[in-house]
Amino acid sequence: MRVIGVPRRRVDARAKVTGQTRFADDIFLPRMAYCKLLRSPHPHARIRKMDTSRAAAHNGVYLVLSGKDLPIEYGILPVSQDEQALCVDHVRHVGDPVAAVVAREELTAFEALDLIDVEYELLTTIADPEEALATPAPRIHEYGEEGNIHKRVSLEFGDVEQGFAEADEVFEDTFFYQGNTHLPIEQHASMAIKDPEGKLTIWSSTQTPHYLHRALAKVLQMPPGHIRVIATPNGGGFGGKSDPFNHEIVVAKAALLLDRPVKICLTREEVFYCHRGRHPVLMKFKTGVKKDGTITGMHLQTLIDGGAYGSYGVASTFYTGALQTVTYHVPRYKFQGCRTFTNKPPCGPKRGHGTVQPRFGQEVQLDKIAEKLSIDPADLRLRIAESSNAVTANFFRLSVVNLSECIRRVVKNSDWKEKFRKMPDGRGVGLACSAYLTGAGLPIYWNKMPHSGVHIKFDRGGGVAVFCGATEIGQGSDDVLAGIVAEVLGLETFDIRLYTGDTDLGPVDLGSYSSRVTIMAGNAALQAAERGREMIAEAAAEKLGVPKERLRFADKRVFDSAAPEKCLTFAQAVCNAEARFGTIGTMGSYTPPKSPALYKGGGVGPSPTYSYTAAVVEVAVNPATGWITVPKIWIAHDIGRALNPTLVRGQVEGSVYMGLGEALMEEQEFRRLPKKLSHALVHKFPSMLEYKSPTSLDMPEVITELIEEPDPRGPFGAKEVGQGPLLPIMPAVANAVYDALGVRIDEVPITPEKIMKALAEKKAGRTPRFGPNHFPKVNWPEALRVPPPWEGGDGNAVNDVPRAAKHNPEKEKVLSP
Amino acid sequence: MILVTLPIESQKTAHIRLTLNGEATDVSFAPYKTLLEVLREDLGHTGTKHGCELGECGACAVLLEGKAVLSCLLLAVECDGKSVLTVEGLGADGKLHPLQDAFADLGAAQCGYCTPAILVTAKALLDSNPNPSREQIREALSGNLCRCTGYQQIFEAVEAAMIKIAGKTSC
Repeated sequence: MRVIGVPRRRVDARAKVTGQTRFADDIFLPRMAYCKLLRSPHPHARIRKMDTSRAAAHNGVYLVLSGKDLPIEYGILPVSQDEQALCVDHVRHVGDPVAAVVAREELTAFEALDLIDVEYELLTTIADPEEALATPAPRIHEYGEEGNIHKRVSLEFGDVEQGFAEADEVFEDTFFYQGNTHLPIEQHASMAIKDPEGKLTIWSSTQTPHYLHRALAKVLQMPPGHIRVIATPNGGGFGGKSDPFNHEIVVAKAALLLDRPVKICLTREEVFYCHRGRHPVLMKFKTGVKKDGTITGMHLQTLIDGGAYGSYGVASTFYTGALQTVTYHVPRYKFQGCRTFTNKPPCGPKRGHGTVQPRFGQEVQLDKIAEKLSIDPADLRLRIAESSNAVTANFFRLSVVNLSECIRRVVKNSDWKEKFRKMPDGRGVGLACSAYLTGAGLPIYWNKMPHSGVHIKFDRGGGVAVFCGATEIGQGSDDVLAGIVAEVLGLETFDIRLYTGDTDLGPVDLGSYSSRVTIMAGNAALQAAERGREMIAEAAAEKLGVPKERLRFADKRVFDSAAPEKCLTFAQAVCNAEARFGTIGTMGSYTPPKSPALYKGGGVGPSPTYSYTAAVVEVAVNPATGWITVPKIWIAHDIGRALNPTLVRGQVEGSVYMGLGEALMEEQEFRRLPKKLSHALVHKFPSMLEYKSPTSLDMPEVITELIEEPDPRGPFGAKEVGQGPLLPIMPAVANAVYDALGVRIDEVPITPEKIMKALAEKKAGRTPRFGPNHFPKVNWPEALRVPPPWEGGDGNAVNDVPRAAKHNPEKEKVLSP
Repeated sequence: MILVTLPIESQKTAHIRLTLNGEATDVSFAPYKTLLEVLREDLGHTGTKHGCELGECGACAVLLEGKAVLSCLLLAVECDGKSVLTVEGLGADGKLHPLQDAFADLGAAQCGYCTPAILVTAKALLDSNPNPSREQIREALSGNLCRCTGYQQIFEAVEAAMIKIAGKTSC
């Protein structure tokens, strides 16, 4: 292969290094106006009165909008249509928008925000899930399970109590994972116009143009065919630009009303209020093991702080329990998850969506188990690692699993056996593993259509244009498409023109989330390219008088492999095919395989295949200050095949970086203002200065190894890489801190302050640990009981109506970002 | 006809002449504007980005008289008579600067949003120190946040460009 697997310059690199990549806020149009949003200063309140007349009369202001102008509710998930572009009568967090000003100049719009008079009636603020459980009223939303509980799930795969009865040791641990945010360097921005024909076009920094398209059609009550969404290249996404956002809907409405371009660019503070980041999760793991480490049963409970809106939260709730079975063999598994609403910016999907927090708990608990059983933590994992083609207790079908190889490589590369429990005081190593989806197996809204489509146009000059809804957020989705098409057609990626992320031009791709683009858009591109090659080859075979099977496509030529001088240039071959068949255009599409998980909730977690990662982190901790430095990290990732190794390595190291930030410093924290002020719950530090993220000085050396065994499900065997490698970093840091100092930090982030507290506990002869000690009582629903495959289960719950018998499509809205 | 007072932003009463990417450039703008705003909004140079407009992220770095500065913290009126280099001025004679080539080849630009500022900051470093150590590169780029790469491929690209530039000047 000449393109695939070769480290190369990505197709969009030149635009990026010359500053020509056009991000949403780089678009300037004649007559454009600027929009700013007035946001609630209160975490929870009713809007009693609003007077926008002074703002509307302000010199330079074109338009003022408020909730009544955009009353229709929307949301990313069909079951959580709970957002309004501008709050009509209820604000749910500091930063919830209540009005919009559109003006000739941005500064004028800013000034006019001060001229809007809003009278609020303050409501009780709910700060965290325990408060939410204890405070059923006032309700933050009028829907959900009850009170301020958004979603409760309870699933049991086999009799987990029996599993504990068969165990030699049973471990119970609680963990807390603090929330954090994506912090893309690009602030969200959108520009909308009423186009010359009178239809709507919006350019926006979105990872999911298709879902934005649907939300706009719903809220604006317009036919989707009259709306064009163009996802501009995202200046970082990480999940933070995956929801349809209020500001996008507002500028669309304003552009239609004013008949002029309207732009908005959020301030950094506003980006913190958009959030949709990592959910804070309290977890309780109960795990039974045999003396040799074999897991006999696991019971996981999660309590999830959802923030003020649904967002992806129902899916996030399932994800906090979905993938525990995908790494290690768990024969009996019970999962209970509860997401509450709180008066904070809504949480949602951040890199590793919902699976990161329980992965932390599981991997730290395994470290404790290994120590108690006197087994090396690497060896323990090798004993219990899942194997290829297994079906898990919760009915996820695995494809190629190379977790064991990943473990062996990092053990070797890091010199683990010479370091673990052998380093001097204050220094240590920790190991952890993970698995992640290569694309969600089900779409966000229930439908049977493909998840991704690609059109390819072949022109007479040998030009190849690829059209696909896939969205470039920096991860390299354009390069994936170009690389695959170039490889199949014997071209270079520079020969491919890409038209992506545009709902008018390309067929639907569901978006850049769940690590789905390489496998889904990639397989669609592969199919379209192969169909084109087939037509070109058939016509060329006739022309050259050689059997079609002998033809090869390489070096921009089509030639007889037995006699390479018998050839056509690629452009000649296209003309030849066009003369034979008419205009050449091909299509490809991809739909994931059906999942055997038929039970309710089984829609979250299935994937065509899973990636695997193992990591070893070395730390040096100063016992006098608790200050942690990380000199080196070794990581091995089961990628299937690296389509462009340069980009794959970048994704691995970028994940390591982001994981390290979460492990050591990043937290989306809130505090209450003093009582004499408003006692309101506010973001502790909505700024890049105080929200700490690692700089170039903090980043350790990373040794990356890719494990390549092509997966038959992936294009050229490729699996995901954008998210999985983040997951093992936080638990590996925690395990390394234990190796260094003998204290357990069962909480993320692992800060010097927590280490000092744990050291003080150790000194006082108490449990050398920092972390949560209790899990509150939750009124769990009766568990859906699904016998695992080895107990004769068929994927349905025994105490629920089997899926096949259900006829209510509304109830089948299976959710899985 | 009634003439109303224009909003302040429309009052382009400030005027400066600067050398922008080697070209003498005149520009009129509202006097409160930062260099970042004037570059992007009044001069059409959108290669320079913003991530906070508070001097926290480094995405707006440009070279002023050859030194890396945060254009979001600098009033444009302070730049009268000065030379400013942005990412648009890095390449010459239709060719990319060695830093641009290295960033493109080695994966140092993922989303590309922090890239223009990192490129000019790295240029300032190599201009003043043609042979920086890895630690000096880390130090020089420590004010430029990148959320995508984990910095490693950026360091490697700066080092690759350093070698390429050194090779050129020695022969």
